[in-house]
Amino acid sequence: MIKVKINGQEQNWDGDPDLPLLWFLRDEAGLTGTKYGCGQALCGACTVIVDKQAVRACITSVNDVAGREVTTIEGLHPTGDHPVQKAWRQVNVPQCGFCQAGQIMQAAALLMDNPKPSHDQIREGMAGNICRCGCYQRIENAVHLASTGV
Amino acid sequence: MNFIDNPGKLRGFEKNIKVEKVSRRSILKGLGITGGFVLAAPVMSRQALAYETGAGKMPHGVVVDPRVFVSVGSDGIVTIVGHRSEMGTGVRTSLPLIVAEEMEADWSRVKVQQAHGDEVKFGNQDTDGSRSTRHYLIPMRQIGASARTMLEQAAAKRWGVPATEVKAVNHEVVHSASGRKRGFGELAADAAKESVPSIEGLKLKDPKDFRYLGKGQVGIVDLHDITTGKARYGADVRLPGMKYAVIARPPVTGGKLVSFDPDAALKVPGVEKVLKVQGWPWPSKFQPLGGVAVIARNTGAAIKGRDALKLVWDDGPNGKYDSVAYRKELEEASRKPGLVLRKEGDADAALKGADKVIVGEYYVPHLAHVSMEPPVAVADVKGDKAEIWAPVQSPGGTREDVAKTLGIPEGNVTVNVTLLGGGFGRKSKCDFALEAALLSKELSAPVKVQWTREDDIHNGFLHTVSVERIEAGLDKSGKVVAWRHRSVAPSIASTFAAGTVHQAPFEIGMGLVDMPFEIANISCENPEAAAFTRIGWFRSVSNIPRAFAVQSMVGEIAQATGRDQKETLLALIGSPRIVKPEVKDLWNYGEPQDSYPIDTARLRKVVELVAEKGEWGRKVPKGRGLGIAVHRSFVSYIATIVEVAIDDKGKLTVPRVDTAIDCGTYVNPERIASQIEGAAIMGLSLAKYGEITFKDGKVQQKNFDDFQVVRMDDSPVVTNVYIVPPGPDTPPSGVGEPGVPPFAPALINAIFAATGKRIRSLPIGKQLEA
Repeated sequence: MIKVKINGQEQNWDGDPDLPLLWFLRDEAGLTGTKYGCGQALCGACTVIVDKQAVRACITSVNDVAGREVTTIEGLHPTGDHPVQKAWRQVNVPQCGFCQAGQIMQAAALLMDNPKPSHDQIREGMAGNICRCGCYQRIENAVHLASTGV
Repeated sequence: MNFIDNPGKLRGFEKNIKVEKVSRRSILKGLGITGGFVLAAPVMSRQALAYETGAGKMPHGVVVDPRVFVSVGSDGIVTIVGHRSEMGTGVRTSLPLIVAEEMEADWSRVKVQQAHGDEVKFGNQDTDGSRSTRHYLIPMRQIGASARTMLEQAAAKRWGVPATEVKAVNHEVVHSASGRKRGFGELAADAAKESVPSIEGLKLKDPKDFRYLGKGQVGIVDLHDITTGKARYGADVRLPGMKYAVIARPPVTGGKLVSFDPDAALKVPGVEKVLKVQGWPWPSKFQPLGGVAVIARNTGAAIKGRDALKLVWDDGPNGKYDSVAYRKELEEASRKPGLVLRKEGDADAALKGADKVIVGEYYVPHLAHVSMEPPVAVADVKGDKAEIWAPVQSPGGTREDVAKTLGIPEGNVTVNVTLLGGGFGRKSKCDFALEAALLSKELSAPVKVQWTREDDIHNGFLHTVSVERIEAGLDKSGKVVAWRHRSVAPSIASTFAAGTVHQAPFEIGMGLVDMPFEIANISCENPEAAAFTRIGWFRSVSNIPRAFAVQSMVGEIAQATGRDQKETLLALIGSPRIVKPEVKDLWNYGEPQDSYPIDTARLRKVVELVAEKGEWGRKVPKGRGLGIAVHRSFVSYIATIVEVAIDDKGKLTVPRVDTAIDCGTYVNPERIASQIEGAAIMGLSLAKYGEITFKDGKVQQKNFDDFQVVRMDDSPVVTNVYIVPPGPDTPPSGVGEPGVPPFAPALINAIFAATGKRIRSLPIGKQLEA
């Protein structure tokens, strides 16, 4: 039995310990905010935060996060008003929106690490997250806005 | 007031089509349309419209009925149905916003309800072809005006005053003479009893009184849900007792399963069953390819189980498809005469007599859509009833195809449309929903079929592959006097009809025969090309290779004559006029030429606007260059300037993009800007990296590592968008797709300006290195 804390709640898993965290979150725990985009840590759609670090849930097993604290988009802020989420809405970032949970989690982790990133640091720090609709200009502006106060 | 007064009559539509074995959804794209079958036009009167559109010719036409699209609760909440699929364009917000505008509803008290697939009820629902606003601006205004009129009539009756004395203003009806007011909620029950007014008698708002349309102040309805993880895409649907499935499909299109060994897969923890999936023979239209499904308690287990399957395939007729050899075939075909589609003057003679002939052979490979949400669908089939939840661009077509595939009546199929995690044309094909339906039927349980990214790349409906060869003949003064354009590419029609070797009107009409330049001798030709994989619509479709070729050739002519790119472009466009090419079927994106002519004044205007705003001719540092391109597609006019920077190792970056768009009357300029910003990135992705190749019939790429797209660190630093203000009654035109085509040629022309290198083959890849 593996115990994981997800968004502050203890969860148990007695299935395959190698199951990617992504599918545990989505199919077993019902937290569908975290998305599947590639399964190979290439696109960042599945980004969650594990102990203050951005992690790709598609190549992280449930066993890898045993006893650790996982935060998903659903747990980022109780009312959805994390500065990154507010900035996202102010800048009207999303088009289809599918990659946005991963982008927001990556941005939140980036700002924990570097509260005042330069534009180049934002572009570099967010480069692991693909947006096929092409919202990058707005993502960059939203991260900048979140870092300067919304 | 339903435009479809006799749905039974509609079913005869297919019989009127002369091309056999072609599905209805292909017909709507223009295949085999023999003309003359106009559905809604007799109902939608000319008096009510400032212009005609092709909306009525779409399957099931247009429905203008407030009872179908609008409901008002006694609490005052106005619910408006969005009947198109949201894949990022903002359509789920903008169409209901049009209704709210016209009915004087307060947007903060409006809820949007997604329509399920039912085209008899809602009219055509195909969300493709950059058509939604184009076809629905006026119908949505009429629906809103009808609802407003009914509310006004109800208030007037209650007060015993003539309806002409009352007016709906911001969610209430006002009788200004007496100062009486009633909220929409209080009037709802009475208004529902009012008869629906005739379209002809409706009074539409004066655009100067618009509160929402054209303003860009309203965010998309799903914004909060998207930023909090609550937005529900196809992948997010969960039903009690639902099984998770992934499918091993034939690695070669048209291949068949010979045998399989499920034993190792069944030992994987969480795997419950391994089943064969029915496939359809090549060309398989939108039907599943078949294969072997692994059923599990979660997707991760299903994927692991599939990895453990032992499979033997017969590759079938396409097992020799090889991109290197195929490219040579296309190139050779482009050097010989082909089916002549447009002939004006005598291009052969004029080329022979020209002072100088410039030849460009341009190559654009297959591309994959790679929407961030790969295809996925949930089905629950019980007896002769089926319910589907899926991110589909064609809810009506999905419903028909599910019914046909399961052999049940269409009325027994419910298609729930979720949000789409990107579409780009891939989700116009409902094969993934059909797979889910077949598996659910077999398992007697709800099933989710999840495509992996590898599946998406290996088994998609790819963008075609093409060689576009242009020969331009110049006289002594440098004026272009001859133009021969041969386009060789497998057609989308090949996915429906075996033996297809020529492109369809809807493909040749994308920048080949509708080429707008003022040249005396023109020949547009289409040599034969057969298909060896599934070809489908990809955002802006054949406009990608056509704009790349035509606008690159403009750059080459400028280069050969030592003239400025923009001046060369304007000289080729020529005088402001309406172009009427001598073509059997111009297609014109399904739109009447009276409302949507090829207008070179508008084409010139976007070039001039982008040149002014984008500071064409500005000095740029060494290693940088500016390029320009313009293209009319989806009846919109778009010009782009790209600034490129290339370092001494050949690394390419884009410091700035400027784009001007004339899309006629528009609804939401903020979403237009987002579409154009995104189109620049998709354009850069395909120009820099985009290539799907085949060897031994199999796609050689598999994921985002070898089919790369632009990431934030190499995306354009700034993209500026300028929207041409519409004239009075200028019909709305496309926005979702037209931004893509001019980007690549503008970039390529900029690369020439920066380096003196002329690139004719996409992607750029390593061509700039060393």
